[in-house]
Amino acid sequence: MPAETTLAADIGIGLVAAHQVCKTYATGEAAGRLVLDRVDFILREGEIVAILGKSGSGKSTFLRILAGLTEPSQGYASYRGRRIENPVHGIAMVFQSFALFPWLTVLGNVELGLEAQGVPLSERHHRAIAAIDLIGLDGFESAYPKELSGGMRQRVGFARALVVNPDVLLLDEPFSQLDVLTAETLRGDIEDLWRDRRIPTKGIILVSHNIEDAVFLADRIIVFGSDPGCIRADIPVPLPRPRDQANPIFRSLVDQVYALLTTVPGAEAKRRTEPIGIGYRLPDASIQKLTGLLEALTQPPYEGRADLPKLAESEHLSTDDLMVMVETLQLLGFAQAGGGDIEILPAGRAFAAADLQHRKQMFADHMRRAVPLAAHIRRVLDERPGHSAPEGRFLAELEDYLSEEEARRVFETVINWGRYAELFAYDIDSGVLSLENP
Amino acid sequence: MAERWGLPIVAWPSRLRPSMWDGIALPLVFGGLILLAWASRQMSQPFHPGQPLPISLDARYLPEYALRTVMRMALALAASLVFSITYAAAAAKSRRAEKLLIPMLDVLQSVPILGFLSITVTGFIALFPGSLLGYECAAIFAIFTSQAWNMTFSLYQSFIGVPHDLREAARMYHLSPWHSFWQLEMPFALPQLVWNMMMSVSGGWFFVVASEAISVNGSTVLLPGIGSYIAVAIDHRDLQAVGYAIFAMLVLILIYDQLLFRPLLAWVQRFKVETIVGEEIEPPWFLVMVQRARLFRGLAWLAAMAARASSRVSQALPALPYAARRNRRLDRILDIAWAAVLLGGAVAALVEIVYFVRAEVGWTEVGHVFLLGAVTLLRVIVLIALAAVVWVPVGVWIGLRPRLARRIQPVIQFLAAFPANLFFPIVVSLIVAYRLEPDIWLSPLMILGTQWYILFNVIAGTLALPTDYLLVAGNLGIRNWLWWRRLILPGIFPAFVTGAVTASGGSWNASIVSEIARWGDTTLRATGIGAYIATETEKGDFPRIALGITVLCLYVLVFNRLLWRRLYNLAEERLRLD
Repeated sequence: MPAETTLAADIGIGLVAAHQVCKTYATGEAAGRLVLDRVDFILREGEIVAILGKSGSGKSTFLRILAGLTEPSQGYASYRGRRIENPVHGIAMVFQSFALFPWLTVLGNVELGLEAQGVPLSERHHRAIAAIDLIGLDGFESAYPKELSGGMRQRVGFARALVVNPDVLLLDEPFSQLDVLTAETLRGDIEDLWRDRRIPTKGIILVSHNIEDAVFLADRIIVFGSDPGCIRADIPVPLPRPRDQANPIFRSLVDQVYALLTTVPGAEAKRRTEPIGIGYRLPDASIQKLTGLLEALTQPPYEGRADLPKLAESEHLSTDDLMVMVETLQLLGFAQAGGGDIEILPAGRAFAAADLQHRKQMFADHMRRAVPLAAHIRRVLDERPGHSAPEGRFLAELEDYLSEEEARRVFETVINWGRYAELFAYDIDSGVLSLENP
Repeated sequence: MAERWGLPIVAWPSRLRPSMWDGIALPLVFGGLILLAWASRQMSQPFHPGQPLPISLDARYLPEYALRTVMRMALALAASLVFSITYAAAAAKSRRAEKLLIPMLDVLQSVPILGFLSITVTGFIALFPGSLLGYECAAIFAIFTSQAWNMTFSLYQSFIGVPHDLREAARMYHLSPWHSFWQLEMPFALPQLVWNMMMSVSGGWFFVVASEAISVNGSTVLLPGIGSYIAVAIDHRDLQAVGYAIFAMLVLILIYDQLLFRPLLAWVQRFKVETIVGEEIEPPWFLVMVQRARLFRGLAWLAAMAARASSRVSQALPALPYAARRNRRLDRILDIAWAAVLLGGAVAALVEIVYFVRAEVGWTEVGHVFLLGAVTLLRVIVLIALAAVVWVPVGVWIGLRPRLARRIQPVIQFLAAFPANLFFPIVVSLIVAYRLEPDIWLSPLMILGTQWYILFNVIAGTLALPTDYLLVAGNLGIRNWLWWRRLILPGIFPAFVTGAVTASGGSWNASIVSEIARWGDTTLRATGIGAYIATETEKGDFPRIALGITVLCLYVLVFNRLLWRRLYNLAEERLRLD
């Protein structure tokens, strides 16, 4: 479903809405880097919406704009029709890193928001205790966060958010720092609370990169495309609650979202036929893992083709990890993805079969062909009399397209690959790239 | 639950039932209060210049003197706290204030502490004519300057380093700036602040001793205290009295350590942002008492009431201001204007300095002072090198034996806190007795108190070396020089640099009291900028004092920038183990 229909179907103002929201971060270029491009969004009463996207798709930034923590460069967000310029009463947030105050007990952390609102002491206690009981933390009131496991800490995070009786709950990757079992338990508990209407919350927005979490919890899944972030699809999840992960409709929805996230429609496909530019945000995949994945793909049970969700599960890869690797393999021409599947290409098969030296040779060839930045670096080094160049010049070139931090990340990725492929050498002390390996 | 979290007023009488700890707590608190009241009344005694303040060498008076010294220390510490919180908060909150305040702090901390005393004493005396209070203030101010800067730096660094997610949570849950400062920023900064406070007080003892005997315009005022006691002992060549003073100081530092810092250090553990429960510290007895005694619980209840009142205040204040839509052009203009104001001020100050020096001193003397600075610089370098040669092997040896290290660490911490100037008379009496060359033999005094930082850090660095590394080295048969060069020296380098920076800073400061020394009526004088400043201070020649201090300050700044900061960055970037 294309993005344009999202608003058309909507009537009324909803709980939270975004109107043509853009966000630009300052970079070396005067225009800066666009991370969110004209996003329209609406959260209606009684629904949970999940926002999915690759890392760097701006979904976290978007959530922060709705929270009033970040200011949009253009457009605006609103809560019940009122413009959001600061954090507003009625919207609470749960953080990926929990963000608990380590010097306050569980009770102190939960009471914090009430204290700031000026709720009298006795009422504060009662409400905090009630929230703690609700989330299953009774008995831990006087514990400090560092005494708790990750799952328990995130429960404190939820209690702190729920105690202020928010209309809207914003969840920023709330399960991503927990192990799978803990995450599933907490997810189930939250869903119970929501289904049984034991919390007054009228709408939830979940930002995640875990597809299963999204399909399990959400009434609607919004898929963000990257570079710049924009809404690419809006998928309703018409399954009754509680949901069964083994249900075929559940599985097919997971596959559908996988397919959306790994294939490159519209604007991004156009880029694939034209060569990508120097400022392309190279995925920082580890070569060891890529090699392992290619080897696994050539062997049974896959025999050259695999269903992505299944692959993630049997190879113990997180969705994010797998996404990065799939993108890299496609970029280098070792594999192609489509419809939620990945298929190994002849080059990938040859790479998996080759020995160490040949692999390096093949990797180097593919890199020079498919990664303009690598080709550019190599060309500069070949042309220069001393066959060496300072890193600063390449970083400066990257910063024309990317933020300083992102430029550094992309640069480190290309260095890493280039070292493996022996395309060029890099000395971290002097920050000099050269053709000579010592 | 309801009972536990019911109204506090109901719970209050049962809390007040006395516990066994109250038996100790009550006399301690009231005795302490009475002593404080007495000592503070002594401070504002009427006094006229020239009037002698009798200091008796009788050991019976030492407790009184010690109390007066402690009082100065405590006041200076309190002033440092207030100053550092205000200054650091201003620097951390305002981008423009930061531009001025942080470099200024960097300069301030390289100004020799006794230089502050020389410059400010006349002003303080004028502030309180006919009272001893002016002299007291000058001494306290000197101690303050030895403590405030590093506390401020630590606070500033903590304030700007508050984790982003905690800041967001504070905004999301509508904490007011006031509330957020006390609930988020201060608690986050506390562990580092307490640690720096402890280091500050360690350094402060040195200056408390040095600043009690104040010279103004050729006459010396002796404020009752351990420092004056020892000055009089030197006049009388009384080694026994020197011994008493050393013992009294020992007891003082022990009390500070036991009653203040051990409990504080244990208490601030909870404010550390760690994801796992760290190594538990055995709760010190005084903390146990504070936590158990009902009397203190009553005080804690009062504190809680104050906190509640403060939270009510905070509700009256608006929520954290939103990073307002900036007017970029206005912002740029203001930035430029501010930079212009700063630059203008700097130029004006420079012109003033040049005029001042030209009118009062003359360029030849300036050159001469720079030369003296070079001599002292040479001394500092040689001494740090010597200390490194001696203490690095010793420190590594101790560090490789963790059990020994744990036992020896408090001793070294103690040695670092002990004011080395109390030992000066002993060394000087030896130099006089054996007629040794002062230019060489006075030098070690500079590093007497600060060398321990090197030893302390080398031990800590060795302890922190992962055992795997040592095992691998053993496995590969790496021995002797190769073992030092490839494993130990790079491994302990960051810790060593930290220790050496502290030691070198302390040595510059100590040069003012150590390049010139007296024993009875014999005066030993080494060539150096410290001796120059000390001599001019005695004469009360203000322009020359200012010149000496400025030049010394320049040396410290340049030395730090050219050597220590580079080494420090190198250590940070390359040789960190984590």
